[in-house]
Amino acid sequence: MTLSRRGFLKAGTVGGTIALGFDFSEARAELRDLKISRTTETRSTCPYCSVSCGVIIHTLGDKAKNVTGSVVHVEGDPDHPINRGTLCPKGATLKEDIRNPHRLMVPQVRRPGSSKWEEISWDEAIAGIAGKVKETRDKTFVTKNGKGQTVSRNPGMAVIGGCTDTSEFAYLLWKSSIALGAVYRDHQARV
Amino acid sequence: MASLAATFGRGAMTNGWVDIKNADVVFVMGGNPAENHPCGFKWAIEARKARGAKIVVVDPRFTRTAAVADVYAPLRAGTDIAFLLGICRYAIENKKVHEEYVKLHTNASVLVSDKFAFDEGLFSGYDGEKRAYDKGSWAFRVDDKGMLETDPTLQNPRSVFQLLKKHVDRYTPEMVEKVCGTPKDQFLKVAEAVSSTGNAQKVGTILYALGWTQHSTGVQIIRASGILQLLLGNVGRPGGGVNALRGHSNIQGATDMGGNFDVYPGYLKAPQATMPALKDYLEANTPKALTTASMNYSQNTPKFMTSLLKALYGKAATKENDFGYGWLPKADGNYSWLFMFDDMLKGKSKRADVEEAAPEGLFAWGMNPVATGPNSKKMVAALAKLKWLVVVENSETETAGFWKAPAEYEGPEASKIPTEVYLLPAASFAEKDGTFTNSGRWVQWKWKAVDPPGKAKADQEILSRILLAVKDLYKKEGGAFPEQVLNVAWSYTNPVSPDLGEVLKEISGKALAELPDPKDKTKILKNPGQQLDGFGQLQDDGTTSCGNWIYGGAFTEAGNLTQRRLATDPMGLGAFHQWGFSWPANRRVLYNRASADADGKPWDPTRSGISWNGEKWVGDVPDIKPDSPPGTFGAFIMNPEGLGRLYAPSLADGPFPEHYEATEAATDNVLHPKVTSSPVVRVWKSDKDALGKKEDFPIVCSTYRLTEHFHFWTQHNPRLNQVQPGFFFEIPEGLAKEKGIANGQQIKVSSARGSITALAMVTKRFRPLKANGKEIWQIGLPIHWGYAGNPDHTGPLANFLTPTTGDPNTLTPEFKTFLVKVEKA
Amino acid sequence: MTANLEIVRSSASTWGGASGLRSLPVVSKYIDTSICIGCKSCEVSCAEWNDLPPVKTVQTGTYQTMPETHAAFWNLIKFREQEHEGGFAWLFRKDQCMHCSDPGCLTACPAPGAIVQYANGIVDVNADQCIGCGYCATGCPFDIPKFHEKTAKMQKCTLCVDRSRLGLEPACVKSCPSGCLHYGTKEDMLLLAAQRVAHLKKTGFAEAALYDPPGVGGTTVVTVLAFGNHPEWYGLPKDPSIPWTVKLWKNVLRPFGFIAIVGAIIGAFGHHLYHGNKGHIDPAPLDDEPPQA
Repeated sequence: MTLSRRGFLKAGTVGGTIALGFDFSEARAELRDLKISRTTETRSTCPYCSVSCGVIIHTLGDKAKNVTGSVVHVEGDPDHPINRGTLCPKGATLKEDIRNPHRLMVPQVRRPGSSKWEEISWDEAIAGIAGKVKETRDKTFVTKNGKGQTVSRNPGMAVIGGCTDTSEFAYLLWKSSIALGAVYRDHQARV
Repeated sequence: MASLAATFGRGAMTNGWVDIKNADVVFVMGGNPAENHPCGFKWAIEARKARGAKIVVVDPRFTRTAAVADVYAPLRAGTDIAFLLGICRYAIENKKVHEEYVKLHTNASVLVSDKFAFDEGLFSGYDGEKRAYDKGSWAFRVDDKGMLETDPTLQNPRSVFQLLKKHVDRYTPEMVEKVCGTPKDQFLKVAEAVSSTGNAQKVGTILYALGWTQHSTGVQIIRASGILQLLLGNVGRPGGGVNALRGHSNIQGATDMGGNFDVYPGYLKAPQATMPALKDYLEANTPKALTTASMNYSQNTPKFMTSLLKALYGKAATKENDFGYGWLPKADGNYSWLFMFDDMLKGKSKRADVEEAAPEGLFAWGMNPVATGPNSKKMVAALAKLKWLVVVENSETETAGFWKAPAEYEGPEASKIPTEVYLLPAASFAEKDGTFTNSGRWVQWKWKAVDPPGKAKADQEILSRILLAVKDLYKKEGGAFPEQVLNVAWSYTNPVSPDLGEVLKEISGKALAELPDPKDKTKILKNPGQQLDGFGQLQDDGTTSCGNWIYGGAFTEAGNLTQRRLATDPMGLGAFHQWGFSWPANRRVLYNRASADADGKPWDPTRSGISWNGEKWVGDVPDIKPDSPPGTFGAFIMNPEGLGRLYAPSLADGPFPEHYEATEAATDNVLHPKVTSSPVVRVWKSDKDALGKKEDFPIVCSTYRLTEHFHFWTQHNPRLNQVQPGFFFEIPEGLAKEKGIANGQQIKVSSARGSITALAMVTKRFRPLKANGKEIWQIGLPIHWGYAGNPDHTGPLANFLTPTTGDPNTLTPEFKTFLVKVEKA
Repeated sequence: MTANLEIVRSSASTWGGASGLRSLPVVSKYIDTSICIGCKSCEVSCAEWNDLPPVKTVQTGTYQTMPETHAAFWNLIKFREQEHEGGFAWLFRKDQCMHCSDPGCLTACPAPGAIVQYANGIVDVNADQCIGCGYCATGCPFDIPKFHEKTAKMQKCTLCVDRSRLGLEPACVKSCPSGCLHYGTKEDMLLLAAQRVAHLKKTGFAEAALYDPPGVGGTTVVTVLAFGNHPEWYGLPKDPSIPWTVKLWKNVLRPFGFIAIVGAIIGAFGHHLYHGNKGHIDPAPLDDEPPQA
């Protein structure tokens, strides 16, 4: 529909016959539709600073089974009391980060002494890491400290992170760190 | 956060973002919110628009925040304490102190031990050999019942108020000019504007960020701001407070959840080697009230800790086994960032007088220590000692690829690096649900929009799979203390990838047995398995479970309150009580009891926090027992004395703030030449830890962020790369002229740790400041570049230049004041 | 809703002159430079919404993204460090199409219907009709329309016509964190501007003024300047007007009104204009002499 009108319009111009009584304004309005009029909207929170701006993530399609809902636009959430729809340059371009071409797609490993990454499966990665964790913990575990006090700690392993993820993840990270006896624990709040 | 906790009782931003609109004066120092928190800063502009508020900015650099300020004054980097104590002195001298508030809500009247003294830059109790204070002499005077002695008239020379007055008396406007380089008239303009809020009719807020924390005196800078706000009566009031603007979306949440070595969820202290049994732990960490009017909320520590142990160990935690307390690892000393990497580099650490292993493995969940840690060369050298490293990320980082760092980082050749590095693809924020907790403690749910790309997985799944695999190994093979590993409960419906709503339920807390109603014991308040309404229902006998008491009530029987989106604000003060959930107890302004006078009447009825209606406190969720009449309890319920602390004897570097130069000092200390830098500052001694002297490195340098990029994440974003394409140094025109440097030319900037050659941006926004009679140049550099990630947007790491020194309380590195020299490249 | 897009004027043609039946509000973008924080959210929000591919830039010693707007970058914050009697200011101004009431670009454009003005005040380039001659640039006192090499068309801000025709604010206005951008009817925006100017005058900016230059019949984009006596500090012409050569075209040549002549003129001058002085409209060179930080 749009195409045919525009084509018609072009033909008219080339012929130099303008006074056709054609409603030009209608045709003009067809040039670019609101690109988010039928996208799926998901409410989220900007992952950058601590203001917590509400964002609306627009994804392709209506969540039907046969659609891969990739992110086509991100805009501020006008209902959010703090940002009221506004976003800084980082928030306004979140789409570019979510869809950046350097996103990691597969687990990789760099073996000791190697100078390259190798792709591995999740199962290999998990098994490899679990083995290392246990080996280290069993080797470095301190049952009693220099003063004879029971300390039950694993100084051979350090854990950093959590602040770029959800509070629920941060809690799970704390739980698992305690499970492994870790005492070297820190995150971005320090630096 | 250590500082806010020491002053007010809780380590968090006191007010919320929208609340800034209620201020009459917005004092921005140690932060640059227009650039780093632009959408929050709008509420400062709104305050000016709606109520004619003044925006006052003090910063070494004329920032984008300064560009829209009503009053701007420069100061020399690292001299914030002198400036702030100068304002305190100005307020006291000029009778700008909110006296009624100070008498009612602060410890101004409390008497201090006669042994406390301050002389020539040192507080009493200094041990030069240990470079530490014995804090015994700083104690308050207590009577025979263990209660604090006071003088309500504030006239006693040993009262906190008189001691403070004497302490700040040296910080005259002339002294401020001499130390900070701020011209006296400009300082006075700031002092006048800020102290104009020291009364019931006006209120002012302070906004700060890493410009205060990243100093060797960071905690005391923030203490000074807390003292100032208490003197002016600005804490607890809508439009007031000391507001720490966090740098990441969930730094607050991760800290709340015990992300630091020294705390567990809800800021419960991590157990120490000296506390073998739960009883010892509770004895050491449950404070006793110090005044009769103290609510001393931390007396509930046994309930919080026991409920946490029940959440951690589930059914395995019983009264008989101390609720599993014995399985917890116990600490000896400090395990924070700077120690962690120093120990890693040394391959050993000294704990309780003997050598112990240092980390040979590291998990970095969305963390990039090579980029974010001080002294990048040291970070690379430390990682090269590891046997294994697991990095979970969206994109490859400097840390994941540390073994291929460019030659100038001086790491070993890849073939000689024994580390097995796992780089695991993680989902981004848009690809998972769950909550972030913002700076203002708002816990807000977000929904998943898309699936992660390729084989990327949500972090909770990656973490669970690893933990479950380790548990399996211990189950099959046994090993060191398997109980510690095996007893941690992971009984989620889908343990491989726990539903985060279910995790939030665990965090919020539930009943494990029938809970009788304390008001009528014949009634049952909660049945087993029911979600609790809040932390007030927690028990110390194992009948409740709660993963983080301060989040108590975030997920109740009514559902997940963090998902609420009702944007109504009947008070009109920006509280939005039905939007998400705010810890603690959905309270929006902390210490809000202090927003009212002795009779419970709001200082300013147009900006009422809470008020007493004869039966109960109404308004915001009261930060006091809701039915306790005015006069029963003090406003600062987390402090055992119930008062805001002008004098805080708990910190490592003194009960009052004092001006010290940075560890790399650009000048002598005008106030006490014998003690230049903080006498208790922590420095490290590895061969990577050189410190520079002012004779060799005469220029002061700071690192900072730009509004166009985020940390080390956004070099993949083509639009942001377009609007801020590459690394640069900002240098003042005068310095450029002196060195013959034109805008856009390459310059070499060196610290004692290394050199970076890069483009110079010559600007009028940095000016030389005359300090101690001598002109001192300051320059700066943004942090956003590195060697990994987007090959088209690599650049030097700012932390290549920064030193491994830190605040004696928090061990936060001194990124904001270090020494360099500048040459034409 | 398409009624908002009734065309009132159209380049090199007799089109336009909407029926006059409807009374439509003129929409306006308000820019308060005194509270702009130079964050560039408007720059990237514009590019995001309009799907404009990123243009390669390099750091030259300035916070300003590029020296001037570009065919694929329609909105640019101009940065300037300015010393003045009262001290020092770091000035930021959003540079973009002003959507003039009497648009020089439209007047200058020789291609029928390539530049149109809608009843709601928006001046828009119709890519279908644009012949890429660049003459519109010669008619613009603000140097806004830019030639896009790949499409061989002129490009500039559309005031997010795809949004505004549906009643939605432009992307830049929505994003603006500090609130220095605002959207509404021109009437409302002028009122807002008058209040803001009065406030600025009271708070130490005696020369504060609204920039709504009469030489172009006023603009749909209204700009508040704290230093209203120095628009040049903000990269704005002091008293912009449509060049006399362009007026000549409009007043002398156009009344002949023969569209066939248009083709001839394009044939004769188009090439020359494109390569002429003002017609140097290659994609903006980005590594030119840098403006001030």
